[in-house]
Amino acid sequence: MSEIFAAKELTKTFGHGKHVVEAVKQVSFSLQEREVVTIVGESGSGKSTLARMVLGLLPITSGQMTFQGQDVTHLKDRAAYWRDVQAVFQDPFSSFNQFFTVRRLLHRSLRLLHADVGRERLEESLQYVGLTGPDVLDRYPHQLSGGQRQRIMIARALMLRPKLLVADEATSMLDASLRVNILNVLTDLRDELGMTVLFITHDIGQACYVADRVLVMENGLMVEQGSTDDVIFNPQHEYTQRLLSDVPKLHQAS
Amino acid sequence: MKSMNFTTRFWISFSLVLATVLIGFVGPLIIKTSPDAVVGGLYDPPSGFGPLLLGTDNEGQSVLANLVYGTRTSLIVGLLAGTIASVIGLAIGIVAGYKGGVVDEILMGATNIALAIPGIVIIILLSIALDSRAIVPLGAVIGVTAWPWMARAVRAQATSVRTREHLDVARLSGARFWSILAWDLLPYLLSYVVMAFVLQVSGAILAEAALSLLGLGPSNAVSLGTMLYWAIAWGSVRTGAWWAFLPPTIMLTVLAFSLLLLQSSMDEVFNPRLRRGKAVKRRKPPSPRTPEEIEEVSPTAIGGSTLVQPPIGVSRGADS
Repeated sequence: MSEIFAAKELTKTFGHGKHVVEAVKQVSFSLQEREVVTIVGESGSGKSTLARMVLGLLPITSGQMTFQGQDVTHLKDRAAYWRDVQAVFQDPFSSFNQFFTVRRLLHRSLRLLHADVGRERLEESLQYVGLTGPDVLDRYPHQLSGGQRQRIMIARALMLRPKLLVADEATSMLDASLRVNILNVLTDLRDELGMTVLFITHDIGQACYVADRVLVMENGLMVEQGSTDDVIFNPQHEYTQRLLSDVPKLHQAS
Repeated sequence: MKSMNFTTRFWISFSLVLATVLIGFVGPLIIKTSPDAVVGGLYDPPSGFGPLLLGTDNEGQSVLANLVYGTRTSLIVGLLAGTIASVIGLAIGIVAGYKGGVVDEILMGATNIALAIPGIVIIILLSIALDSRAIVPLGAVIGVTAWPWMARAVRAQATSVRTREHLDVARLSGARFWSILAWDLLPYLLSYVVMAFVLQVSGAILAEAALSLLGLGPSNAVSLGTMLYWAIAWGSVRTGAWWAFLPPTIMLTVLAFSLLLLQSSMDEVFNPRLRRGKAVKRRKPPSPRTPEEIEEVSPTAIGGSTLVQPPIGVSRGADS
């Protein structure tokens, strides 16, 4: 296994002067190839900001990112980077442009690829997420269910065969059975396509279910990182222990 | 995609606007009398159904001919100025709203400065400075002073759309800046922009009238404002020649009012929360009381009918 992505002391501050907010403070981590890594933290812990920085959607205040050995901290043209690094977002409602059909949405992303591979990739990735038939392509987002939309978003990312997939709370707006479905799709991707997955969630249970390694964030700081077994069964940091104790337990419901 | 719910108010205002457009653009074709032709004496009262339907003005010209040509001028100036103001305001607002940060602050700073300078002063200065006082330069002058509030309004809308994740998805798909503005941001603002454009047209028509009333109107065409200017200057109000000042006043009022009404009715079409008409109709129960019940109730209402309302609608409790 070799390192595919590394972040060194990433920092993001918003605002300036008196109103400065440090959303992410000197976070360092690395991702190995074919690994599923989860970032866990409660709302406002800076995990989504971190994800947006990794994706290059948010300028970085200070720090350094390397992808496959190349410095990608400040890229002028990110088109090539986005061919390798893709994302699935939290909200399957707002991540669709309501005026686009599914076909148009997917074709837009296809422009990052060569034209000849596009069509078969499109069919293939839709099959992968269990959405087939030509009719789905001509639907508008409001004609699809939440689960279908999220699967289309995953298919969109898949089409490009990214080396790194960032899933930012990709399952938090889905119901329980769909959630497992999506989580399984994500782990299958790693197994079959050799993708690295950075999975961001507030739910430590999901983190435990999918991840090889868990990173814990609190208030913009990375407080703990290690293999899933270590973090879940032998948490070192007080915050991780608290997160674990907050998981609702069915058999102790009283 | 979805069916539009046009209200009665929309159809009323739409027909009013259509009527003014017909008067302005078809009227000159029907009324063949030139607005510059002398057809009578000073303030001849209205008579007959020809060019003298609304009498003559201070120069003995047909008020009717002046009215239709003036309406056309007002509409042309209004549409031109409204388009210019909307395009400038939209461009500045959408870029500021989407870009945010320093770009936003610079653009909004410029907008606030432009907003702080009273528009009418600039219009007066510009229209004096410009040699040509034709319709097109006049419309352009009004347009370039009216964009700031459009820019602010569009920017506010754009910042609220900016937080939607579909813009991130578009960027991750490699979409370029202008492509995102045109396909991902603009469609979400379009209903709002259309409404603001209608308001801009209405404002520009009134601005043109104000300018003409001050004697700075177009020199190559008759406008409703210049009609009022001459009517006041030649004492039509004092002499009671109502046909010289009332028709342009009414026409201007109808123009501005119908556009404002159109805008507010469009708000009802686009914003489902404001759909009063339909909602009220739906809530109204299908006449739960029979005539006999009313007869039973009415005798008790004598003397206290306005104070104590009979308990109506007992049978419809569930749906109200």
